[in-house]
Amino acid sequence: MEKFIRILGSRALGTLRTMGKMVIFLAESLYLIVVPPFKFRYLFRQIRFFGTKSLMVILLTGAFTGMVLAIQLFYTLRKFGSDALLGPAVALALIRELGPVLSALMITGRAGSSLTAEIGIMRISEQIDALTTMALNPLRYLSVPNILAAVIAFPLLAAVYDVIGIYGGYLVGVKLLGMSSGTYFSQMEHFVEMSDIRMGIYKSVSFGVIVSWVSCFKGFYTNESGYGAEGVSKSTTEAVVMASVLILIWDYFIGSVLV
Amino acid sequence: MIQIIGLEKSFDGQKVLQGVNMTIADREVVAIIGESGGGKTVLLRHMIGLMKPDKGSIMVDGADMLKMSKGELDKVRDRFGIVFQGSALFDSMTIFENVVFPLREKTDYAESDILDKGRRALEDVGLKGVDEKYPSEISGGMKRRVALARALILEPTTIFFDEPTTGLDPIILNSIHRLIINTHKKYGFTGIIISHEIPEIFAVADKVAMLYGGRIVASGTPDEIKSENDPVVKQFVGASCD
Repeated sequence: MEKFIRILGSRALGTLRTMGKMVIFLAESLYLIVVPPFKFRYLFRQIRFFGTKSLMVILLTGAFTGMVLAIQLFYTLRKFGSDALLGPAVALALIRELGPVLSALMITGRAGSSLTAEIGIMRISEQIDALTTMALNPLRYLSVPNILAAVIAFPLLAAVYDVIGIYGGYLVGVKLLGMSSGTYFSQMEHFVEMSDIRMGIYKSVSFGVIVSWVSCFKGFYTNESGYGAEGVSKSTTEAVVMASVLILIWDYFIGSVLV
Repeated sequence: MIQIIGLEKSFDGQKVLQGVNMTIADREVVAIIGESGGGKTVLLRHMIGLMKPDKGSIMVDGADMLKMSKGELDKVRDRFGIVFQGSALFDSMTIFENVVFPLREKTDYAESDILDKGRRALEDVGLKGVDEKYPSEISGGMKRRVALARALILEPTTIFFDEPTTGLDPIILNSIHRLIINTHKKYGFTGIIISHEIPEIFAVADKVAMLYGGRIVASGTPDEIKSENDPVVKQFVGASCD
């Protein structure tokens, strides 16, 4: 029994320590965002990494999400005789919820994982130590550009996801199921408000912070997950799982507050 | 001058350093030798402030590194150059970008001066035509040269070498040792070399210190170490020479 309590206590302390470290990591990164020197070269490179390179997967998943939504919503709405509301239903579901969340999950899988692996390899090959011993703050080069780039790229990618999803819904609703295109778009204009778009943007920005923060943190402390290549692989998995779970939890909270 | 006083460090209850005492004078090249896993790299990581000891102190020009603020520690590090065991080159940058990275990040030199200094640093370590290559495209020996060029570029007063020749063939090994000797002559830095390469390292170092059982068990000129009567030193140096 005593052994069990000791193990439980040690685990709880370990988790608390990690949480504390994560908060300090984020606080220091946010502080460095506003304190010069600014590393614009690294920022532009990371915007390309998060943004441009994720575009294809966003286009593909966005289109199919919109198409699936249109099929499911069309049959549901028809039961209530409201199939004319298909356009706004697809648009609202995408703009308020699915666009920000699913695009963030897709970027986590594509960019978050490779970011953790890249920083993790820098850790095990002493590149981060090299920065430290040059009296340079590694967070300024590794975490700050990524957090900023994610804050810029996530809302833009979510917007692309929304637009392509709405078009996917249009293809299914109008071209496949025979709705009139006028009904699809005019109803949308009537129901989607600026507050819905703002909610999507707030969500995307906060997801950008979560994904970049967790990915950088896990890569930076990859040696605490294990040694060598195994440590990098473990920290990459942990980063993707933790970021994905946090996205969904945070989505609920932000959704409850901003509803 | 660097003074290490009573340095102790344990990992999970296993004592790695058990009271290391040593003094490194300015412009001296000191080789720290010892068995594998004996704590040489741990000692070096303490000297460059990457690890904190359980006990003891490290004095750099009379100031205790362990009592320094981050800003003060960074000022000390500005005078250090480090050649890591695996070279620690930034693999997303070209060789030239790696070499001039400290200049770009830490000085206000004009781009033309940075290019000049970068080319000169690469010439100093005998490298030509590799500027645009990436670290993964060059050999291990070349990586060590690039790491030395990067360490030298800000003309530090002290350079730490963590096993700079491990895994290299005898010809490249000797060329790296010659490079250390030549650059030391040119720049006059204090050199601290962690090495296994006995007897080759005796030709490079002014002084040799042997770390064994977590302590410095012998220290002196290469000749003094060769004629040391301590059975551990005798066995280690003798076996390595054989």
